[in-house]
Amino acid sequence: MELLVFKALLVVVVFLVSLGVAAYATYGERKIAAFLQDRVGPDRAGPFGLLQPIADGVKMFMKEEIIPSVSNKWLFILGPCIAMLTASMTGVVIPWGGELSIGGSKFDLQIVDLNIGILYLLGVVSTGVYGIMIGGWASNNKYSLLGALRASGQMISYEIAMGLAIIGLVMTTGTLSLKEIVHLQDAGYANIVYQPLGFLIFFICAFAELNRAPFDMPECETELIGGYHTEYSSMKLGFYLFAEYINMFISSAVIVTLYFGGYHFPFESLTGLEGNLLTLVQVLVFMGKVFFFMFFFMWVRWTIPRFRYDQLMHLGWKVLLPLALINIFATGIIMWLNGSLN
Amino acid sequence: MLTQRSKLVVKREMSLTERLYLPAIFNGLKITISHLFKRKTTIKYPEETRPVSPIYRGLHVLKRDEAGAERCTACGLCAVACPAEAITMVAEERKPEETHLYREEKYAAIYEIDMLRCIFCGLCEEACPKEAIFLTDRIIPSTYDRDSYVFGKDILVESIEAPVDVTKRQTQEVLEFKKDKKHYHNRTFNDAIKKSGLSGQK
Repeated sequence: MELLVFKALLVVVVFLVSLGVAAYATYGERKIAAFLQDRVGPDRAGPFGLLQPIADGVKMFMKEEIIPSVSNKWLFILGPCIAMLTASMTGVVIPWGGELSIGGSKFDLQIVDLNIGILYLLGVVSTGVYGIMIGGWASNNKYSLLGALRASGQMISYEIAMGLAIIGLVMTTGTLSLKEIVHLQDAGYANIVYQPLGFLIFFICAFAELNRAPFDMPECETELIGGYHTEYSSMKLGFYLFAEYINMFISSAVIVTLYFGGYHFPFESLTGLEGNLLTLVQVLVFMGKVFFFMFFFMWVRWTIPRFRYDQLMHLGWKVLLPLALINIFATGIIMWLNGSLN
Repeated sequence: MLTQRSKLVVKREMSLTERLYLPAIFNGLKITISHLFKRKTTIKYPEETRPVSPIYRGLHVLKRDEAGAERCTACGLCAVACPAEAITMVAEERKPEETHLYREEKYAAIYEIDMLRCIFCGLCEEACPKEAIFLTDRIIPSTYDRDSYVFGKDILVESIEAPVDVTKRQTQEVLEFKKDKKHYHNRTFNDAIKKSGLSGQK
């Protein structure tokens, strides 16, 4: 019973935190974009423009809601719902910190430790394609459909390389549970040391999965007006945009968990921290790492121009996929030579 | 081939590092991150204003004299000089009890400048024989409709409490220039009569 209450509370907290982070990621994105372009960015709403996300949210709610008469109404509404749902579902398996002891009993700061955590992640992420595809299809608009086709083509192509990149990691760690992967990184080095190529492939694929620059073809304004969300307005558009930022937060968290030691930090045992204080520091360290990767996503967005669609497919199928396969074989050979393969 | 200036274009194969694309990305990231710490070029307008030239030509002012009476006599020379035909005025005769309000016997009852027509050339200021109109470094506030851009005397005439400083535009050289009767617009009615010799006949 106690456990159930704690988990329910944790679900709410994780959901709210990812919403809050996503809201402020829009602010961060605008600020970083401005700074990288020698501008100031939003600074009118509140001190340093900190109330800007709230103003944007209110604006989104107040906008007129348009459902095109030629669209399939139910699917049109379902699209952003799926996008939002899958975005917020991925946070479930991520270990946010170590153990928290409340009144003598200990609780894990992870909603559920699935023994197939990585498979769950990949599954949920690939369901996210449906949100975009259904939205684009139901709009009954050629730009939306083309955007949706591009998006699903891109996401499906890069999921393969992504999955294969993770296989190398699974081989070295020997587990699919994210909790165990984090624990293994506490004992030795972070997984980036063992899987640099795998990380690179995973990271590039993460950009493509998130539909972020330089892989933001599904919504490129110059060619497709708005891509799959051309026909969307009001909070339904807000859901799509919001889902994207939640995805960015979660995938940064996944990258940190898989390759950068999760909530552990170097020389953790030397600090002499214990109990809830240690857990708090761990959560803060984890968030710091996640924010760095979110910054990196934004940094890259304002640096590199968009790929052409054929270049994208070339990179996905003819470069990343073979590289991921090579990574698997190289990992296997090295493990065999090491004798860690029994 | 005739001029021997044609160049052979070589389509060079990209080297391995160029084809890898990642070094180029890192160079790009280095450039963008350096801009994160650079000075921002934004001027936050209402709080901060862009420095303007001391003789900037902005919103007009209708000056008062030392006693606080309006200098404008509604002679219409500014309206004639205006190439954009932005100035309109209606003249009126001063009543005896209004001597403290208007400097001379005639004054402008209505004086309007259409700020959307005005090209801020400053010819009205040059034409004015009474040192009444000047352009200042103030900026015209923007509004939503055309009608509110027609500025009347309520905006143009300076208030007695807060006189507008025009010393930067009303320099000694300008005053000297205005006295030079070589220029047609510097001649008053009396000058014109004197020159034409009509005064003798009178």
